[in-house]
Amino acid sequence: MQEQSIHIKGGRLIDPRNSIDAQADVFVANGVVCAVGDAPLGFAADSTIDAAGCIVCPGLVDLSARLTNLDAELLAAVAGGVTSVACPPDTKPPLDEHSLVERLVQRSESIGLARVFPVGALTQQLAGEKLAEMAGLSRAGCIAFSQATRPIFDTQILFRAMQYAATFGFAIRLQPQDHYLALNGVAHDGEVASRLGLAAIPVCAETLAISTALHLARETGVRLHLSKISSAAGIALIREARAGGVNVTCDVAIHHLHLSETDVGYFDSHARFDPPLRASSDRAALRAAVAEGVAAVCSDHTPVDEDGKQLPFAEATPGAVGLELLLPLVCKWAAEDGVPLAAAIARVTSDPAVALGVDAGSLGVGQRADICVFDPEEPWCVRPEALHSQGKNTPFLGWELSGRVRTTLVGGRVVFSI
Amino acid sequence: MHNPQLNAHGELTHLLSIDGLPRDVLVHILDTASSFLEVSDRDVKKVPLLRGKSVFNLFFENSTRTRTTFEIAAKRLSADVINLDVARSSTAKGETLLDTVDNLVSMHADMFVVRHASSGAPYLIADHLRRTGRDDVHVVNAGDGRHAHPTQGLLDMYTIRHFKKDFSGLKVAIVGDILHSRVARSDIQALGALGAAEVRAVGPRTLLPTDIEQMGARVFYDLREGVRDCDVVIMLRLQNERMNGALLPSAKEYFRSYGLTPEVLALARPDAIVMHPGPMNRGVEIDSEVADGPQAVILSQVTFGIAVRMAVMSILAGN
Repeated sequence: MQEQSIHIKGGRLIDPRNSIDAQADVFVANGVVCAVGDAPLGFAADSTIDAAGCIVCPGLVDLSARLTNLDAELLAAVAGGVTSVACPPDTKPPLDEHSLVERLVQRSESIGLARVFPVGALTQQLAGEKLAEMAGLSRAGCIAFSQATRPIFDTQILFRAMQYAATFGFAIRLQPQDHYLALNGVAHDGEVASRLGLAAIPVCAETLAISTALHLARETGVRLHLSKISSAAGIALIREARAGGVNVTCDVAIHHLHLSETDVGYFDSHARFDPPLRASSDRAALRAAVAEGVAAVCSDHTPVDEDGKQLPFAEATPGAVGLELLLPLVCKWAAEDGVPLAAAIARVTSDPAVALGVDAGSLGVGQRADICVFDPEEPWCVRPEALHSQGKNTPFLGWELSGRVRTTLVGGRVVFSI
Repeated sequence: MHNPQLNAHGELTHLLSIDGLPRDVLVHILDTASSFLEVSDRDVKKVPLLRGKSVFNLFFENSTRTRTTFEIAAKRLSADVINLDVARSSTAKGETLLDTVDNLVSMHADMFVVRHASSGAPYLIADHLRRTGRDDVHVVNAGDGRHAHPTQGLLDMYTIRHFKKDFSGLKVAIVGDILHSRVARSDIQALGALGAAEVRAVGPRTLLPTDIEQMGARVFYDLREGVRDCDVVIMLRLQNERMNGALLPSAKEYFRSYGLTPEVLALARPDAIVMHPGPMNRGVEIDSEVADGPQAVILSQVTFGIAVRMAVMSILAGN
């Protein structure tokens, strides 16, 4: 299909990578941004998008989204303004073979919505024992390697995995949680878990795993990304390591920016997360770290069907859908904490793109036209029928949010508009 | 946040936990229990309050003792009682908890008495009944995981009130495995709501939940200090599987540090009473001399338990 030339007119352009926050038109042709501000000579728009009152920003880059039903979840992505999605390897079967990765990439390309960046399995079957064929997986399209939520018990294997990845310049992503300290735990070790009689996961389960990962990263020089940091103590360790020159990036899941242990309420399984929602003081520290740019923000999108949630809290499947809530919830956080919108948008565009090492999250001339146009003021209520994802599981049901995506472009094509 | 146990008029519609129940609701249950106590002494031990109603004992976790006391209580109220050993039937065939509930609701259940190994399971059932428009069906929590055992908490309060008359000024020590105890949580909350002067949580750090102080308990690691000057000492059962491992080295060592002996009990007030939810491990958490001694009120707890469960069921059925 011939890419159209598109004039995005009258919007406020926020492009954090290029330090732009101004009224500016964007011109798209041949799948890329061909000009910002004034139209290039001889530009003839096939179509015009009226962005008056809207913000025009790079398409969001989500560091972690589970794409259980590829068609539905990629539609959910672009409906949420997300144009690049990294998916963790804990699929069934896990992404430990290049053919699986190739098939995923091909299928997502044929769907033609958000771009998918698979994260490959660090070890075969994610069993934490034998290294996966990282070089082969990388050729197939993997942009990093991870265990998703599975442990590596043997620290020598983790050490070797980092050395091997560092050899080829591959990035490793870990969700830091000590397996034994978290064993059987389902909630933050604090007042709420004690009152409700829920088995608890102490903060030291996270800090111990972060310390181990940072030590090994310092030793091996591997490019390390730590996902879904949930505690104040955890983020403090990462801030300190970054200040000390360790090559580490990290992210915080959007629900950890807005919720805390008290949102478990009376055993609400929609508030069951891995890692768990922690104390309000942890949430405050995470919000501060994201404001400073220490951490990016991800959706941690995890569709779970009714059966997986209609269970006693400890037996319910953890996780929530988030692709369509990421942008409005980031805007909400920014408004509440007085963070400039440009900084907030950086946390879900340019920052995660850098963490992933992918060419995205920027609207410089010549760059891929992955673009999100959204109305920051438009209110909407989170209801199951408002979500495109197959999963309707979210603790934010019933929340009144502002910020609605109007148009999403991927590679210069309009893939979503309302 | 709406307390799912109360209806729009603030009346008790389920008994899921002591947490969040107003003092007058608790006192009303205890007063009602008093009126039922004499029923058990009659030749005909029945009142017709639940005649024609079906009470389903839904025990996902085995417990002959608690199930029996609920069964007796329901029968004394003239209810039809159906015991379901779900641990061995439906769920073993893969039926979900809520499917089981839907099936029983279709059989015209009026009340579920639920025991489950998972904390919060009775809340899930109550929420499901609300969402399916069956607010006329009541749920009584007969113990969920580590979370709550509200009828045990209430019968403990009944026992304390019976012997001590008044809660104000009382110092109560709860000793042992508080981390895994639903009884301890319900007792702490009930004592708080009824205005006890001091509630103490006594045990080794491996058996005390984080931030238990936030529930209103004062923490003691030393049994002697914890029991000193107390009016009531509640001993908790130590489950066999916790005795040897990472939580405790041995039952013997536990008894030496936390077993209630006559010497330790002598540190409490002379008129202190000793309680235990049963079944007791003699020589592990409690010395036989104390268990069989004049200060123990353990068998009274069992008697009061039936009256308290009658009170709970009759109040729920009336709302």
